[in-house]
Amino acid sequence: MAASDPAAIHAALRSHFGDAVGDLAGTRPDNTGTTVAPSAIVDVCRFLKTETGLAFDCLSNLSGVDYPKRNVIEVVYHLYSYRYRHLFVLKVDVPRDNPAVPSVAGVWHAAEWQEREVFDLLGVTFEGHPDLRRILMPEDWPGHPLRKDFVEPEEYHGISTSRESLLKT
Amino acid sequence: MQELVDRLVADGLVPGGIPLWACYLAAMLLFGGIVVFVFILPIAGITTWVERRVAGRIQSRIGPNRTGPAGFLQWLADGIKSVLKEDIVPSAADVPLFKLAPYVVITGFVAAFVVVPFGGPLIIADLNVGILYLTAVTALVVVGILMAGWASNNKWSLLGGIRSAAQIVSYEIPAGLSFLPVVMLAGTLSMQGIIRHQGWAPWTWHVFDNPFTFLAFFIFFVSALAEGNRTPFDLPEAESELVMGFATEYSGLRNLLFFMAEWGNLYIIGAVVTTLFLGGWQIPLALAEHPVPRTVLQFALFFAKAYFWVFVAVWLRWTLPRIRVDQMMVMCWKYLVPLAFVNLMGTAVWMVLFPAGLGGVRVLLCLCAAGLLGVFARRVVFHIRRARLTRQDLSFNPLSTARVIG
Amino acid sequence: MSLTGFEVEIQREVDGGLSTEDMTLSMGPQHPSTHGVLRFVVRADGEVMKEAIPDIGYLHRSIEKIAEKVGWHGFMPYTDRVDYVAAMFCNQGWAMAGERLAGIEVPKRSEYCRVIAAEFNRIQSHLLSVGSMAMDIGAYTPFTHALREREYINDLIEELCGARLTFNYMRIGGVAWDIPPGWREKALAYVERFEPLIDEYNALISYNKIYTERLGNVAVITAQEAIEYNLVGPNLRGSGVRYDVRRDEPYSVYPELDFDIPVGTGEMGTVGDCFDRYIVRMREMKESCKILRQCLQGLPPGPVIAKVARNFKPPAGDCYVRVESARGDMGWYVVSDGTAFPHRCKIRTGSFAAMSIIQKVSRNLMIADLIAVIASFDLVAPEIDR
Repeated sequence: MAASDPAAIHAALRSHFGDAVGDLAGTRPDNTGTTVAPSAIVDVCRFLKTETGLAFDCLSNLSGVDYPKRNVIEVVYHLYSYRYRHLFVLKVDVPRDNPAVPSVAGVWHAAEWQEREVFDLLGVTFEGHPDLRRILMPEDWPGHPLRKDFVEPEEYHGISTSRESLLKT
Repeated sequence: MQELVDRLVADGLVPGGIPLWACYLAAMLLFGGIVVFVFILPIAGITTWVERRVAGRIQSRIGPNRTGPAGFLQWLADGIKSVLKEDIVPSAADVPLFKLAPYVVITGFVAAFVVVPFGGPLIIADLNVGILYLTAVTALVVVGILMAGWASNNKWSLLGGIRSAAQIVSYEIPAGLSFLPVVMLAGTLSMQGIIRHQGWAPWTWHVFDNPFTFLAFFIFFVSALAEGNRTPFDLPEAESELVMGFATEYSGLRNLLFFMAEWGNLYIIGAVVTTLFLGGWQIPLALAEHPVPRTVLQFALFFAKAYFWVFVAVWLRWTLPRIRVDQMMVMCWKYLVPLAFVNLMGTAVWMVLFPAGLGGVRVLLCLCAAGLLGVFARRVVFHIRRARLTRQDLSFNPLSTARVIG
Repeated sequence: MSLTGFEVEIQREVDGGLSTEDMTLSMGPQHPSTHGVLRFVVRADGEVMKEAIPDIGYLHRSIEKIAEKVGWHGFMPYTDRVDYVAAMFCNQGWAMAGERLAGIEVPKRSEYCRVIAAEFNRIQSHLLSVGSMAMDIGAYTPFTHALREREYINDLIEELCGARLTFNYMRIGGVAWDIPPGWREKALAYVERFEPLIDEYNALISYNKIYTERLGNVAVITAQEAIEYNLVGPNLRGSGVRYDVRRDEPYSVYPELDFDIPVGTGEMGTVGDCFDRYIVRMREMKESCKILRQCLQGLPPGPVIAKVARNFKPPAGDCYVRVESARGDMGWYVVSDGTAFPHRCKIRTGSFAAMSIIQKVSRNLMIADLIAVIASFDLVAPEIDR
């Protein structure tokens, strides 16, 4: 069966999930997709993975983007199907001050570590994740470094995080 | 050694009044000292130089080439450096055992030289249980390695020590079972006795005596490699996994002692293989009448034969990968031990059927060995042709210092 | 903070009066054979591991945040450091992201230059990978031979762009420098010399009985598991999935080139074991030689870089670029907000996913096998931690 075009995928999603799925947006095949409400994301992902004709068996990328102007953190899911060779993008917006999204680690194992990274660097809590802890930063690091308003702490365990410029006389 | 002293006393070269046992003792100590300081230490060191140059050649690079001509003094420099290094003992280590372990290993290794022959009369003590003594004493090394692994207070060292203990203890069995056919043939456990039972010609050697000893030769060599912790059995010191295995926490002189034991052990492997299977120091009687040149020739031949096997062990180390622990155990217990038993039974049956051996079989096995070497040479030529190597690529100057590539 | 950094469950068993306990070992961060600064907390019962829990972050340099600070052109040298062993592909990913966002058309000659540089880098990376793998299994010689061949490529690339490891060769819009005079002939001569040596290498180590015994049937990963965990590149192809971004989501001039996709067939064990992943890399080097020959012989004339503003400001939007790096499909998700600085750059690498599957795959493996598994995944720490 041939790759479905994004409009068909979007139509299938709309017919199943109604308003939880936003409008189709995107200018090129690699950024075409839709927004999804946080509460529906796990069901949408499971549907996209298991539905014959869609078969998105691979979570190619899961990233978090911080939009302080819109006051949201956007979690972006790039889904890819090895069988039909089509790509689809899902975007979930969560409020910046208490970001929480249900975890899709139960749908694709690839999400386990990707979500841990988003948690570590942006502070998004993934509900239902089997092992949500920091992955890149040390366990006791304060703050979430990839946020736009992140200020580096003055010192970490007694080691200063800045040093005098060698160019000063 | 005893016969040499007897001859000296008979010739009147020894001042009278000294009891015979004192003469024997003095001679043995003197000879033992010479062997340890003039032979073992330099040989262990020079073997490192040979290994590094051969490794360089195999890996298309040069090897040590700065200290001394063609890097020949590198081992001396390394030895001096190791002795001068800081002696670090981990604070939580079991200090007495930690400090004792290298000496136990070295004792086990040096004590084996008591029965290693160098030439006709040249042996520190020709014990009538020679080869059995050798096997027993080299097993002392296991105790030392276990002590080193445990006392380092380091889980990786412990793993290395335990692996090594399991390996050495397991491979004692096929090694022992493989020299038993030779002992049966020669009728004696004494090293010189086993050599005297062979002749100088290849078809008089034990290895070509019957197909079972031929097989026993390969089993013995493989087991000896395993006992010496050499690749492909170097899991206990697997660099990629355990840094240096049981010797990880050692520095300075103690580290040097572990290394020396390993490289010196290579020579023992070569010497024992030569003694048991390859005719030892036997030379044609016609070559030299006078005892001194004859002994010198015998020494040279024995050394050449033994060192060839050192070279083979080095060659294997830099070619083959490492066998995993469970595969090594499987190989020992499921393959080598039954095969060695078959050899033993086979040799016994052969000796009953053909008490003087079969000259035809001997010559046939010689030709077989020559055939194997021929097949090997053909493969080498095939690979050289396929890789399109030029004469310049193949030019081999073992003492080259640097190669300028145009 | 506990000694392991996280809670590790130690199991204690009382077996007929003898109470035993798992051994907890820390493999790394300093270790001769973890490829870079990686750490595994190994819970073992003697030689047999119950589990190897990976612990990463030792090489985290916040490259993604740096992208937001240094701007579009300025980030190019940083991309080299994302995976310094296969840096050309990282350059290419970033360049393609910028070009896709701004709709820039890259001249034909520069696409050819990109492919040539990338395929040489692929051979470089694979040589290092197979050499290190042989060294980890205990054969030190193939490593030196692989590095000897790699040195010739290092020299070629140094002549091309001035660097041996972190190239900074590509730019948004093309490549930085044209191919120097005489370089084409040297490169072709090298490809002719190198291709038969792959067979020599196979004769030396790949089909050595000890080697195949160490790698066959170890850490078998089925195709479905590989896709679930988002394994890519030779790891995925070793499990039998015939997928390559150059063939299936083609970019640059790959549609015009003729090459095969080697796939693991389980010849020394089961499909998806360590040997398959290894032999796929060996075969890919041969395919790269094919591609190089075609590109070097068919190089079209023309400019090597499109006209791109120094103050590059692509229109707002996002893009997801996938490049077939030596380690697999590398995903670059780049968000632009219309300014001279990217809003977000997320790099999704193959080694990150491979690291995550190790915890599952390591159950009931021996410690010696863990080394083989790490080497067969061709992990590089900078790619995992960025």
